Amino acid sequence: MAAQVAVPVPQQEASPLELRREWYGWQWLATVDHKKIGIMYIAASLAFFLIGGFEALLVRTQLISPLNTFLHPDLYNQVFTMHATTMIFLGVMPMSVGVGNYVVPLMIGAADMAYPRLNAFSFWLFFFGGIFLNLSFVMGGAPNTGWFAYAPLTERPFNPGTGPDFWLLGLQLLGIASIAGAVNFIVTILKMRAPGMTFMRLPLFTWVTLITSFLIIFAFPSITIALILLMFDRLAGTSFFLPSGGGDPLLWQHLFWFFGHPEVYIMILPAMGIVSEVLPVFSRKPIFGYSFIAYSSVAIGFLGFTVWAHHMFVTGLGEIANGAFATGSFLIGVPTGVKIFNWIGTLWGGSLRFRTPLLFACGFIANFIIGGISGITLASPPVDFQQTDTYYVVAHIHYVLFGGSIFGLFAGLYYWWPKMFGRFLNEGLGKAHFWLQMVGFNLTFFPMHWLGTEGMPRRIYTYFPNQGFELWNLVATLGSYLLGISILIFVVNAFLSARRPAEVVPDNPWEAATLEWSTTSPPPAHNFDAVPVVYSRYPLWEDRDPEGAHGATAPRTNVDAVSHPADDVAATGEGEQGAHQGGAAHAFHLPNPTIFPVILAFGLVLIAFALLFAPPVLKITFLVSGLVYGVVSVYGWVRQVSD
Amino acid sequence: MAVVTRGHGEPLAQSPTGLESLDVRKLGMWAFLGSECVFFGALIASYFVYRPLILAGDPKPHEVLGINFTALLAFILLISSLTMVLALNAIQHDRRRAGAYWLLATAVLGTTFLGGQAYEFTKLAQEGVTLSSGIFGQCFLVLTGFHGTHVFLGVIWLLACFARAMRGGFNSGNYIGAEIAGLYWHFVDIVWVAIFTLIYLIP
Repeated sequence: MAAQVAVPVPQQEASPLELRREWYGWQWLATVDHKKIGIMYIAASLAFFLIGGFEALLVRTQLISPLNTFLHPDLYNQVFTMHATTMIFLGVMPMSVGVGNYVVPLMIGAADMAYPRLNAFSFWLFFFGGIFLNLSFVMGGAPNTGWFAYAPLTERPFNPGTGPDFWLLGLQLLGIASIAGAVNFIVTILKMRAPGMTFMRLPLFTWVTLITSFLIIFAFPSITIALILLMFDRLAGTSFFLPSGGGDPLLWQHLFWFFGHPEVYIMILPAMGIVSEVLPVFSRKPIFGYSFIAYSSVAIGFLGFTVWAHHMFVTGLGEIANGAFATGSFLIGVPTGVKIFNWIGTLWGGSLRFRTPLLFACGFIANFIIGGISGITLASPPVDFQQTDTYYVVAHIHYVLFGGSIFGLFAGLYYWWPKMFGRFLNEGLGKAHFWLQMVGFNLTFFPMHWLGTEGMPRRIYTYFPNQGFELWNLVATLGSYLLGISILIFVVNAFLSARRPAEVVPDNPWEAATLEWSTTSPPPAHNFDAVPVVYSRYPLWEDRDPEGAHGATAPRTNVDAVSHPADDVAATGEGEQGAHQGGAAHAFHLPNPTIFPVILAFGLVLIAFALLFAPPVLKITFLVSGLVYGVVSVYGWVRQVSD
Repeated sequence: MAVVTRGHGEPLAQSPTGLESLDVRKLGMWAFLGSECVFFGALIASYFVYRPLILAGDPKPHEVLGINFTALLAFILLISSLTMVLALNAIQHDRRRAGAYWLLATAVLGTTFLGGQAYEFTKLAQEGVTLSSGIFGQCFLVLTGFHGTHVFLGVIWLLACFARAMRGGFNSGNYIGAEIAGLYWHFVDIVWVAIFTLIYLIP
């Protein structure tokens, strides 16, 4: 480690790229700054979130009345499939990654992620992959098999269109992006912590990001294999999941859910971490049972790999298997319940400030309890036999993923917005957003419990007038319009905050305790003027200067700092090269902007198109150009790192 | 309420996790290899799901797979792990030229393995075992094909390391690039040991 002493490389003045460096877009396209990448992740995931939300409104509009003809059944299939795929892979997951990207290096006192270029690559591959998936609507039909794409429905004899091809290739791209991002987070959190930042002083959001990253690297290969086998089935004539050729469709379900169940924890754990950050700040007391929350998250992560077959109770695995997987699923209720009590215990006796982030965090707890309870009921095989593939399941997943993840993520956005942009979101609009979203959410999804128990199947494009489904479908649809309005309020709020004249946001406007609040809002490119030294779990509270108690800022000098030791600095990059900026006392390693991660991600998308297209000329053209982009960018990347 | 207050002692220069000595890039490679374990684990598990069908089908694996020839390939791949170790050892002792040539030797052995695999695939194709010929062909070819792809990428990586070593890019103070290439290479070898045992040797 000590061997990699940074070699100062001055900015190349005569670079042919110099002109373009002046261009505003270049700063984003070529950036390797975790803060800019985080913001791009959040912006892109919000855009996809709006698309996915629009698709949800289409679905709800179709279901507003019996025998409605608003959407053609086939289009309905495409829309609900893309709604789920978009929300899961392009909305919730990347938004968590984006918040983590922005916040985690700041929380642990690092200058950047461990691999800044790989970080840029992850973002661009996710972004291009998302566009690739959505292009399917205008290129021969979107995926139409539901988000878990059960075989053999996805096989060519039953689904000759390009929808499943788009789905499997798009998810493959997103999977590569996720694994690369997760490796990056693991190394960042394990290696880049500031001096004194022990595991038991790690902010809880950082804890869950670490656990989520481990879930990603161990869960995603399973769907990668499933997608590869499906790809060979569809493109090369094998029959892995095609019963007529000896294939086993059940294998798809096993491979998919071995990924799919950890995936739901990949989506909920970051939101739990955000709530664990927001609650202490707005209750003005430390989190109740820090280590219980940390270890409960670990327990959830472990148990999450042992319960996948509870999605498959009705496939006839047998009583023993069903019993074992049901037991595991019930067990997960324990660490989850522990956390809920911890959060309530944090609020209890606190000096509460009901600002928007706390409202969303409380909304998270309330909704998540309902989602958790319906989850416990579904973990019981006899109940599941009755409820599976009904709207009860739809209600459950939305209570955990919307009522849970999305509420938690909005808490995080309102909380870290002033840090990210140096501007507050409007508090009045924020409260309107929260209450409308809370009411709209429960109006939309609570009636689905009743629809489900009354037997309304999910993924059905219409129903008959006399089945008793009319009233609650109407209520749910009206609720979804409220939800749409509430999200629009957030969008307006975001635009207004950008248009308002710049305000001076103090370093620590919420009087929070973690390191990201010890630097300016927004932070400088190098994050901290000097490496912070951590003495406690709440650096900005425990070490608070008594003189400045009620000032909104904890002066940065309250965090002890050491000058950057050169070997630690060098460890920030994949290589030793980089521009050194900063004052005479410190040298900060900030890698140069580079375009190669974008080009590599683009090349991979071209290769995905090559696999998609049937005409040989197109196939070869895209394959060759994709390979050229790939080879050139890898070569350039490696040269940048190793020279 | 106070959790850990100041004055409990000196801030630890590094958290006591044993991670201090681990290079950033090496840790990343370990994390990636962890992911790869599940990748090959799922692939091999899928083969075993179909194994009863494969053994009941025609042709049977042990009738068409040349175990002796593949044992030779496995031996070549294992030797390439040895040359990789020698390459790293030479680099760490500043024997630059030796290090470069051991790297080249490793890449050549890897290429030999790939050639052998290509020969095996063509021979199987002549006997009618292809991707679309049935359950055995698809399971066997996808599994070993993905391992072969990993070997192929490893060979390219080793050649890049060789080029860098020839330019004097590695020395006793800076060998981590070669070391993580070696980690990957050893991993690919170990996977072949698993595949050879589970697919070829178990009757």
